[in-house]
Amino acid sequence: MDWHFVFSQALTQAIGPTMLIYAIAAIGLNVQFGYTGLLNFGQAAFAAMGAYGLALTVVAAGLPFWWGIAVGLLAAVAMALLLGIPTLRLRADYLAIVTIAAAEIVRRLARSTVWSEHTGGSDGIRGFSEPFFAMSPYSDDANWSFAFVSMENGRLTVDLGIVDFQYSDRDLWIMTVGWALIAVFLVVLGLLVHSPWGRVLKGIREDEEAVRSLGKNVFAYKMQALVIGGLIGATAGFVFALSRANVQPDTFSTDFTFYFYVVLILGGAARLFGPVLGAALFWFLYNLLSQTLNQAIRAELIPAGALSSIQVGPLVFFLLGLGMVLLLIYRPQGILGNRRELMLDVR
Amino acid sequence: MSDSETEREEAVFREAHQAALEALADVAPEPGVAKPDPILSATGVRRAFGGLVAVDVEHLEVQRGTITALIGPNGAGKTTLFNLLTGFDRPSRGTWEFDGRSAKRLRSYQMAQAGMVRTFQLTKALTRMTVLDNMLIAAPDQLGERLWAGLIHGMWRGQEVGNRAKALRLLERFNLADKCHDYAGELSGGQRKLLEMARALMLEPKMVMLDEPMAGVNPALKQSLLEHIKELREEGMTVLFVEHDMDMIHEIADWVVVMAAGQVITEGTPDQISSDPRVIDAYLGAHHDGAAH
Ligand SMILES: Nc1ncnc2c1ncn2[C@@H]1O[C@H](COP(=O)(O)OP(=O)(O)OP(=O)(O)O)[C@@H](O)[C@H]1O
Ligand SMILES: [Mg+2]
Repeated sequence: MDWHFVFSQALTQAIGPTMLIYAIAAIGLNVQFGYTGLLNFGQAAFAAMGAYGLALTVVAAGLPFWWGIAVGLLAAVAMALLLGIPTLRLRADYLAIVTIAAAEIVRRLARSTVWSEHTGGSDGIRGFSEPFFAMSPYSDDANWSFAFVSMENGRLTVDLGIVDFQYSDRDLWIMTVGWALIAVFLVVLGLLVHSPWGRVLKGIREDEEAVRSLGKNVFAYKMQALVIGGLIGATAGFVFALSRANVQPDTFSTDFTFYFYVVLILGGAARLFGPVLGAALFWFLYNLLSQTLNQAIRAELIPAGALSSIQVGPLVFFLLGLGMVLLLIYRPQGILGNRRELMLDVR
Repeated sequence: MSDSETEREEAVFREAHQAALEALADVAPEPGVAKPDPILSATGVRRAFGGLVAVDVEHLEVQRGTITALIGPNGAGKTTLFNLLTGFDRPSRGTWEFDGRSAKRLRSYQMAQAGMVRTFQLTKALTRMTVLDNMLIAAPDQLGERLWAGLIHGMWRGQEVGNRAKALRLLERFNLADKCHDYAGELSGGQRKLLEMARALMLEPKMVMLDEPMAGVNPALKQSLLEHIKELREEGMTVLFVEHDMDMIHEIADWVVVMAAGQVITEGTPDQISSDPRVIDAYLGAHHDGAAH
């Protein structure tokens, strides 16, 4: 068993490009679900607005990259308004039903053959990410080394002895932008949730009728939360599309949204750093389990008949699901959550 | 404010209350009777749930600066009437004026902003927020509640400090000051009633609508709640409250409105009401063989 490899992989992924997508999308959900109590089950569709907004604008319409970003953000706002206006005055579960349906509609429209000339149908779109990588300060022919950090043909290696981290120049650019976005979102949200504005959101989560009786326009606040969370979701869509250099409709399924929820609940809802910690932990555990099992099969520690390498993926998700159930039983507030707050609901 | 000033102000309010009482003294104890200076005036308010007519009030006026009790058997439509008047429910038809303004089209939060603040029969504390935050959220016209201003803490910090002082003063008055950093969900049922009332006062309302403020509150606390409600009148507020206990009503109410089966069946001073046969009928059912018939 190559434990060095297993832990290096797990840690590399714990702060890598994929984790960033989930962290950003879950930050958006945290605004909606964590702080305001809005059950948005269509965060994948908000991400799709960002991803497809960008890809369609650049590829199908032939417009510049930044136009694509603007279109993606506008599409997310439009979707938030479209879903919010009819449902946010109603009981909380209506938003849940409508968002889950809307997400499915978006996915099916994207993969339908009617517009496949523009959207590529189920194959999706590629060829929109070059302007983004052209902005990258990292080049693929850089060669240098300094102490335990080295760069070889654009591939960065941080060798800490017991583990090492390796990223390509494209990964590095995605990570630079992704982590910068997370920093900006957390600073802005940190200021907002500790303001009277954030206090009204938490009040709405607790009891919106009570907040209404105190003279607050609850509908307007819920709409603001839905739009802000949706914009952050669209940003996750940009990072997703750019890191893969393509968009595909079936990646924006409801599962995608549920993993955002897993990440949020794992880290701790209504905690500023909850989504980031949750995403890091989720991808660390996912890679740790898959690599360990793969290594064990290769080293023939697991008998050949018991588990094959194609079964590793499903088994890992089964184990993560089991872990999630145990977490909800023994630590339902998540890693960063406040036990005292949670106890109040039991009464 | 100096003590003498406070005293002078209280004297003014006591006078106002005396004047209101005198005004009510000349009002006939009849359902829907007009009052000399109504803060609230409702006409033809009707609300049906399917076939059930929960509220059908022909006319109702509430005199400014008084404590008016709303009584009636369970299911009489008291809570439904509260919901309608405060914008939490829409009537099938009817109009009403609050403080000289038509209030029919106002939404619940706009009613609260206009100065009519309610509490709920089933207390609504914001459980996973501290007692102090429960109070602060209620402060009106907060700049920091706007999205853009929320970001710039310097813009609203001064206002927040003022609101905090006001909240602590109110909590002091309602004996909750030492609980201010506890979660509201950690309070007892009676303490939540106190918190809900204190919270309503953060808005500096013209009229407070209390739906059974004393339900489930122990007798000692009840007495202090009664004092609090009297203080509201002394501060110039109008109080409309739902209560079932006639002793309590005798102690604080200036006027009593009796509802049964959605309608206002009679009104009057507490003394007039307790000797009114229609009230006994309403509570015991119209077909009882009482001395009234
Ligand atoms: N949302 C609703 N849907 C259907 N019927 C309702 C609804 N709310 C109230 N009712 C009915 O309207 C009538 C009046 O109810 P309401 O709650 O106003 O009574 P109340 O006078 O406040 O009674 P209590 O003293 O028990 O609080 C009752 O018959 C009740 O069943
Ligand atoms: Mg009631």
